[in-house]
Amino acid sequence: MRERRIETKRGIKCRVLEAGEGGSPVVFFHGAGGLLGEEPVLEKLARRFHVYAPEWPGYGADTGEEKLDDMQDFALHGWDVIEALELAARPSLIGHSMGGMIAAEMACIANAAVDKLVLIASAGLWLDKHPVPDIFAMLPFELAQALFADPKAGEKFLTGGIDFSNMDALQQFMVANSRRLGTAGKILFPIPNRRLSKRLYRLNAPTLLVWGREDKLIPLVYAERWQQLVPSARLAVIDAAGHMVPYEQPEKTAAEIERFLAQA
Amino acid sequence: MKFTWFNLMPWPHLPEDFREKHRSVWVDIDSRLYDPVEGNRVYHEYMDQLEFADALGFDAMGVNEHHQNAYGLMPSPNIIAATLARRTSRSAIAVIGNSIALYNPPIRVAEEFAMLDVISGGRLLAGFPVGTPMDTNFCYGQIPALTREKYYEAHELIMRAWHEPDPFAFDGKYTQLRYVNCWPRPIQKPNPPVFIPGGGSIETWDFCIENDYNYSYLSYGGYKAAKALLDGYWEQVAASGKDESPYRAGFAQVVCVADSDAEAERLYAEHALYFYNRCLHVHLGFSDPPGYRTVKTIQAGKLNQFRAENQRLFTQLTWKELVDGGYVIAGSPATVRERMEHMIKSLRLGTLFLLFQIGNMPDDKVRNSTRLFAEQVMPQLRDIWPEWKNDDRFWCKPLETRVRPEEKR
Repeated sequence: MRERRIETKRGIKCRVLEAGEGGSPVVFFHGAGGLLGEEPVLEKLARRFHVYAPEWPGYGADTGEEKLDDMQDFALHGWDVIEALELAARPSLIGHSMGGMIAAEMACIANAAVDKLVLIASAGLWLDKHPVPDIFAMLPFELAQALFADPKAGEKFLTGGIDFSNMDALQQFMVANSRRLGTAGKILFPIPNRRLSKRLYRLNAPTLLVWGREDKLIPLVYAERWQQLVPSARLAVIDAAGHMVPYEQPEKTAAEIERFLAQA
Repeated sequence: MKFTWFNLMPWPHLPEDFREKHRSVWVDIDSRLYDPVEGNRVYHEYMDQLEFADALGFDAMGVNEHHQNAYGLMPSPNIIAATLARRTSRSAIAVIGNSIALYNPPIRVAEEFAMLDVISGGRLLAGFPVGTPMDTNFCYGQIPALTREKYYEAHELIMRAWHEPDPFAFDGKYTQLRYVNCWPRPIQKPNPPVFIPGGGSIETWDFCIENDYNYSYLSYGGYKAAKALLDGYWEQVAASGKDESPYRAGFAQVVCVADSDAEAERLYAEHALYFYNRCLHVHLGFSDPPGYRTVKTIQAGKLNQFRAENQRLFTQLTWKELVDGGYVIAGSPATVRERMEHMIKSLRLGTLFLLFQIGNMPDDKVRNSTRLFAEQVMPQLRDIWPEWKNDDRFWCKPLETRVRPEEKR
């Protein structure tokens, strides 16, 4: 994917991955783990759409995360980014996990500005009977267990193959991880619920929910809750995938999204 | 030299296999391990010990705040401090302290500390910890990346509430109050001396140095780790251009005194091992949530008191290693004197928070160790900093004419 840098009106600089030419614009918002180096779903979507994947503050080399404190800041930052991208048309939004939570919030704030909405294993709701596991208290090996249907295969996505016996590499990883999840904690800690549910009535963009059948972090029962709150939303459940469904089953995920976005 | 007799108030009945059967002493510990009927006895034993220390001539009785754990049973140290204010009238009351980011609104701390200072006749030492991640983030739900900012704001509110004579409006990011008007006001002016207990965040150093607050390193990580950390602190003090009064630094230390070194091992080893093996058994995931430590502190590579290495260490430490590594200072009065003199000078300490009650140590042993220290160690260490004898900036200034309620009985 191509890379470009933008600066928002608020003065936050960020990196945006970009792929595809000419198709209608699709903006992808990543989850709490960040962009993972390879984004196979976005590559596939780029055959048909113009795909943008901005990096949240705190996730890249740029600073600026100190300017975002709460959900309103994150949602407005999302729109700031879209404004700075100067898109040719009204975009569709795709959000994964935390990115889904923010994308849904953005769509509630500006419901006429969204073409279509895709929420992949989206955070943002809370069910007392199905508490979402606490990622902030997890050790690295526990994280892979919670995120992937196949934790062994998934682990390499999380660490990017870092050698943890190298102290410098370890410290760099700790700093990066602290910035990433420290930033995410502003909207996910201690409970990933910032009362989005009371604003979802405003959602009027066609909405697709994509879920991994074996999601252990935000289990499938949450997809049902999303459907209750957004009755028009369609649900696509993907087998042999956990919370990281776009990375575990990129072909199927991309196919579902492509079909949905291509519909008239 | 100032000596604080500090009681963490640990739960003394954690089972033998606690470490194997339970993942953490803190946050999600099984509540069935607590017995409130036995708790009645334990609290009074611990409070009696604090009063005993007052009677033996310690400079302060120390309490602190922790939540949802068997390591320290004082979710509200102010309750214990209030009993001490009524039952003693001599030594200082060191509340080290209230986790000010957790009080909503934090003016509550200004009020309760003012009450304690007034009731005790100006004997309060006011501690303002950021709080451990276990307490602050996981038990009390504060967002890790915003905890420090909220803490500094709470500090500003409390100080202004104590200093400004007229009601004022406080428009904070975390607390908004139209009328701040602290009643009662503390006896000590402009405010009781402030103690900042820290685990090793380097931002805390600048904060203490700038405000002339005592920085107290509360760690059980042994002499070597403490030396590295406090050397860093003193370098920062020197760089700031401030004086190097030893009263700028405090330190928590486990101490066990007996008639001989061998007797110390026989009497106290099992209780020290209980403390290190069970009371410090914290799930690693609770000890360092992303965002709690600043990037600057991580980059400086400061040791966190509950880091993986330490956890592994504690499971394997023997009594000999605890003693040799300076985790515990133990032995005959002569041995303890010698070890402490070295530690005090080398770390440049003016204030000590001493733990004689440790783990599941029974009352008679606690008192034995405390008495030997008070009679045969403390007097010899008392005047270790003659050139700073008149530095009273870092200690309370009680009223001469204060009410002494315990004498009326």
